[in-house]
Amino acid sequence: MSLSAAEVNKIAWLARLAIDDDKVEAYARDLSQILGFVEQLGSVDTSRVAPMAHPLDEAQRLRPDTVTETDQRALFQTHAPLVEAGLYLVPKVIE
Amino acid sequence: MHRKTIAELAAGLERKEFSSVELTQAHLARIERLDPALNSFITVTPEIALAQAGAADERIAKGEAGPLTGIPIAQKDIFCTKSVRTSCGSRMLDNFIAPYDACVVERFNAAGAVMLGKLNMDEFAMGSSNETSYYGPVKNPWNTGTVPGGSSGGSAAAVAARLTPGATGTDTGGSIRQPAAFCGITGIKPTYGRISRWGMIAFASSLDQAGPMARTAEDCAIMLQAMAGFDERDSTCVDRPVPDYRAALGNSLEGLRIGLPAEFFGAGLDPAIAGLIQDAVDEYRKLGATVKEVSLPNMHLSAPAYYVVAPAECSSNLARFDGVRFGHRCESPSDLADLYTRSRGEGFGAEVKRRILIGTYALSAGYYDAYYLKAQKIRRLISEDFRRAFEEVDVIMGPTAPSVAFEFGAKSADPIAMYLSDIYTIAVNLAGLPGMSIPVGFANGLPVGMQIIGGYFSEDRLLNVAHRYQQATDWHARAPAGIAD
Repeated sequence: MSLSAAEVNKIAWLARLAIDDDKVEAYARDLSQILGFVEQLGSVDTSRVAPMAHPLDEAQRLRPDTVTETDQRALFQTHAPLVEAGLYLVPKVIE
Repeated sequence: MHRKTIAELAAGLERKEFSSVELTQAHLARIERLDPALNSFITVTPEIALAQAGAADERIAKGEAGPLTGIPIAQKDIFCTKSVRTSCGSRMLDNFIAPYDACVVERFNAAGAVMLGKLNMDEFAMGSSNETSYYGPVKNPWNTGTVPGGSSGGSAAAVAARLTPGATGTDTGGSIRQPAAFCGITGIKPTYGRISRWGMIAFASSLDQAGPMARTAEDCAIMLQAMAGFDERDSTCVDRPVPDYRAALGNSLEGLRIGLPAEFFGAGLDPAIAGLIQDAVDEYRKLGATVKEVSLPNMHLSAPAYYVVAPAECSSNLARFDGVRFGHRCESPSDLADLYTRSRGEGFGAEVKRRILIGTYALSAGYYDAYYLKAQKIRRLISEDFRRAFEEVDVIMGPTAPSVAFEFGAKSADPIAMYLSDIYTIAVNLAGLPGMSIPVGFANGLPVGMQIIGGYFSEDRLLNVAHRYQQATDWHARAPAGIAD
């Protein structure tokens, strides 16, 4: 499995992750190497194996649908980079 | 005082040989003197520590002390602490002050423990050498030219250098056990779900587990007692009674069945380490154990499966860092996409980016079945291997890592070489089992760790097995020359 620079850029965009242009080739090389390493998984027949999502195969707990959280917006916004009137500010999205 | 274990310090506090304030001052002074050369702390919190120590002394005076009251400990900087920065070793969170304490931190506070500070780590716990930290690498106190292991490298180095008698760690693929081995200390990764992950910054949620790191199994038992137990805020935390870990420490090992997996002793293992593991197993024979070979035939698939599952879950968990609600935000973003991509590009280091990219690829349309689903199936095969082995034996023993601590830069250019330093520990996380590492000797002047793996929720048995060995040997009591005097 070998990834091209264009594929790395595509994945980086899916992950919303800026990669410096001069590092794309290095990432392509590293990622290709890692994908090559995990390729050996394909050699095992797992057609009759159920995937294991939880180490103990435990079901998710349920709880009564009652309010357990209090409003802490002001506290949570104290470490936001940019807020105004209780809102998080981002660059203009709609013209 | 820094030479004493947590159990000895608690006895000293009870007998009023020293106060918690004196004990805390002594450790803070050591941190100030020795840590500039080690870099094991990201943040030292003397004001908090001395206030907590004063409160602990009052509690001790009233006769209300528990086994951790007044004992200094330090937290890996992955655990959220109210009012103290929680960086997770990343530029992304360089300015982040959590609005709440992690469950683990709450429990240490409730026990009356004293927090000395926050410990250095690989960025977002992704690394095996501590070289990926935004705050610079931690040095191994046994040889400052070598790495302390990772990702809980600050925790291991601080305990080994006697800067703190105990520290917390987290273990996703070996991040407690491998640094414990490299630094010559004792650490246990409990069963998945034994300790709440609430407030512990997530890397790979189906693998992450917190645990204690200290100099002895007894001290790990004392710390685990405080950390373990149900917490409804972590949906994967298991509601199951916590046994008395200390009470089980002295149990006889007569008849203990030890399994040695052939797959742990193959090519790639330093022969000096293989010899020391055999010596330790011989010691167990003297303590009444029987030894047989077992097989974990899918062991070779654990690292490849891990490097699909862990990056996939990492890419999902780290999507929350968007430069909007908390964490790093780039200067003057031109639009929303620029804000996201540049904040993340600047905030994350190279290894975190590699894992986000691999995970994003593995989860992307058309590849999910071939990678993530396949790895989850392999995970079951690995788990079944352990289940079969534990039908024949009580514990499995083997090396914690294939080598002793390596030099800085030795593996940083080759991601796969770095990943293989966790080759013996990863399978335990995939299966969700408890595992620990204890010191069993030295090779090339550097500590060697032996891994002990048990069945689900057998932490009491593992600690017992480790403790009896530590009663019969003194490898765990060795200290790095110069630094620990």
